Amino acid sequence: MISSVSKIAYCTNRKCKFRKAIDVRALLGEALDELGGRDRIDLVETECLISCYEGPSIMFLPGGKVFQVLSEERFTETLKSFLEALRHPRSPFMTEPRRDGDIPGIENVDFFGRQKLIVLRNRGHIDGESIDEYIAHDGYLALYKTLTAMTAEAVIGEMKLSGLRGRGGAGFPTGVKWEEARKYRQFPKYVICNGDEGDPGAFMDRSIMESDPHAVLEGMIICGHATGAHQGYIYVRAEYPLALRMLRTAIDRAREKGFLGRNILGTGFDFDIDIYPGAGAFVCGESTALMYSIEGKRGMPRIKPPRSTESGLWGRPTCLNNVETFANVPQIILHGGAWFRSIGTKDSAGTKVFSLTGAVKNVGLVEVPMGTDLRTIIFDIGGGIRGNARFKAVQLGGPSGGCLTEKHLHLPVTFDSLQDAGAMMGSGGVVVMDDTNCMVDVARFFTQFCVDESCGKCVPCRVGLQVMLEILERIIDGRGEPADLERLEKMAKHVAATAHCGLGQAAPNPVLSTLRYFRDEYEAHIREKRCPALVCVDLLRFEVDGEACKKCGLCARVCPVEAVTWKKGEVAVIHRDRCIRCKSCIRACRFKAIG
Amino acid sequence: MTFEELKGIKDRYIDARKKELESGMITVDVHMGTCGIAAGAREIFQILGGEIERLNLENVRLRVTGCAGLCSMEPMITVQRPGEAPVKYGKLNGEKTREIFFSHILGGHPKGGYAIGRGLEKPQKRVGME
Repeated sequence: MISSVSKIAYCTNRKCKFRKAIDVRALLGEALDELGGRDRIDLVETECLISCYEGPSIMFLPGGKVFQVLSEERFTETLKSFLEALRHPRSPFMTEPRRDGDIPGIENVDFFGRQKLIVLRNRGHIDGESIDEYIAHDGYLALYKTLTAMTAEAVIGEMKLSGLRGRGGAGFPTGVKWEEARKYRQFPKYVICNGDEGDPGAFMDRSIMESDPHAVLEGMIICGHATGAHQGYIYVRAEYPLALRMLRTAIDRAREKGFLGRNILGTGFDFDIDIYPGAGAFVCGESTALMYSIEGKRGMPRIKPPRSTESGLWGRPTCLNNVETFANVPQIILHGGAWFRSIGTKDSAGTKVFSLTGAVKNVGLVEVPMGTDLRTIIFDIGGGIRGNARFKAVQLGGPSGGCLTEKHLHLPVTFDSLQDAGAMMGSGGVVVMDDTNCMVDVARFFTQFCVDESCGKCVPCRVGLQVMLEILERIIDGRGEPADLERLEKMAKHVAATAHCGLGQAAPNPVLSTLRYFRDEYEAHIREKRCPALVCVDLLRFEVDGEACKKCGLCARVCPVEAVTWKKGEVAVIHRDRCIRCKSCIRACRFKAIG
Repeated sequence: MTFEELKGIKDRYIDARKKELESGMITVDVHMGTCGIAAGAREIFQILGGEIERLNLENVRLRVTGCAGLCSMEPMITVQRPGEAPVKYGKLNGEKTREIFFSHILGGHPKGGYAIGRGLEKPQKRVGME
């Protein structure tokens, strides 16, 4: 009976040793001498085997059956009967019940159960480096179908029928773009995949490129067939080294198998893809700036028209789409445009991947049908706000988006639904903020980001944003004047109306939306010189409110410079001459007594 | 590549996977997207690899897959024992990983306390190849 065992692992955990002073190794040695197999079976030490209740455990490998050594007496006999009993299906020694029951089915886990996966269908499930695994999950089947059974017009027709719109944020109908690119009879043409994901808090494209790179390649090749292009470029930020590596591997594998290169699948269609690592400028996510960047020029947006579909990369017709858009394409081809259209809303078909971050419990990637409301995304899937804090605002669409409040949570998220409220879906970044965030500070953060990333081509963006930032900093420093709000709003509207590219036009959105929904916070900063969220250091007095203070002394304990004195039963006192304004006491106080 | 070759790759893969499960192979997916690696997935991978090597196990295969989507629970692994539903574990550290390794991967007793959920996220519906 011991012949099926090649190794016995015995627990050397101290807890077991102290509980029962049994020398398991010696016992096992004796037992094996008696039962035979001493020379065949390895004895190996392990960490705790967990299955123990009263004494050290041993595990038989392979197989993983566990036996507890309760007593040194009659060990060999007990072991022998254990091994014999194991051969029967209902072994009395396997008493521990299987604990599967405690583990919920994944469909009942809120985060996973409410999602609908099209783009992320292979997430965490396949090895992105293995092309065979991708093929086994219907990979390159759509490509085969397009190349052998569909004309370019049919592919474009299917894309138009599907209602797929650009997932980068602008929401331009993909089928229409492909049709336009096909229309221009100028060669060579190019296909570009925009993987320059730069919004703070957005990481859905990175995840797609890392976990399912072949889906992006397949979408691009299909686009090449539809538009008449033979060369594709993927523009990825150099800050995504893993995504770059996965894409490079994927391209190599696809070339080996003949999905890229000359005469793809024997149909006579040639297409190849190269990668361009971007140097990390936010503006290079804008399509025309991106193309200049590939050409080796300075990344700056240009005036449209002509559109890229007419005169794009090197002045040739170019079809540029986002990573997520391309990843949708194979599924649309396989299941049909009508199927895709049946998901989501009338004007925004399909699903959208959101990267949910910030103050929510479940941070992660969420793919839901278009039109799902914000409350479902943040509270049902995201699990609500982490800790004891309360929901305050949600910022959508990165630095180009606006902040929405609790009263907007019922709004469905589509390309067009949030515009009236002053926000946009954008590329899918969802940053949730709780009441420890100061909205003036949030507006300053995003404005600072846009100032840093402005390419400087047009005056409104280069100078206007800088003026806005100065006003915001003044308000935060406590030097704000009542007229500043008007100035800020005027300048923001001016930039939005006159900036050259989409990035500049949308850059004032965080300021405009916070002014609209959190004006009272701006007012408190300016008129009362007070930051309600206790974030802006220059507006904090570092005083203890005697009424709110519960005299617990926590503030005194966390102060790194001993600037807080406290005696039991007394209100703490902060000595401002020693205070370094680090806010440790404010964060520690559970009663908000310090301000 | 012809259609038959494409279909052949798919069929061979599915067939090999079926055989692998029938032969009692236990697979452990370590979710190693950038987020997982930042949270310590590489350490989890090394611990599991180290144990497999030390015990010289031939019936456990370690795989690297991409992000499973739930960043706040990283690092995550998925344990699949033949004939059983896969179990996703999250918020792992070295100690928890070792516990899961012995208790579930080798012993067959899933650790309810560390598990996120059981089963595949969405059963993969494959398209028939005609």
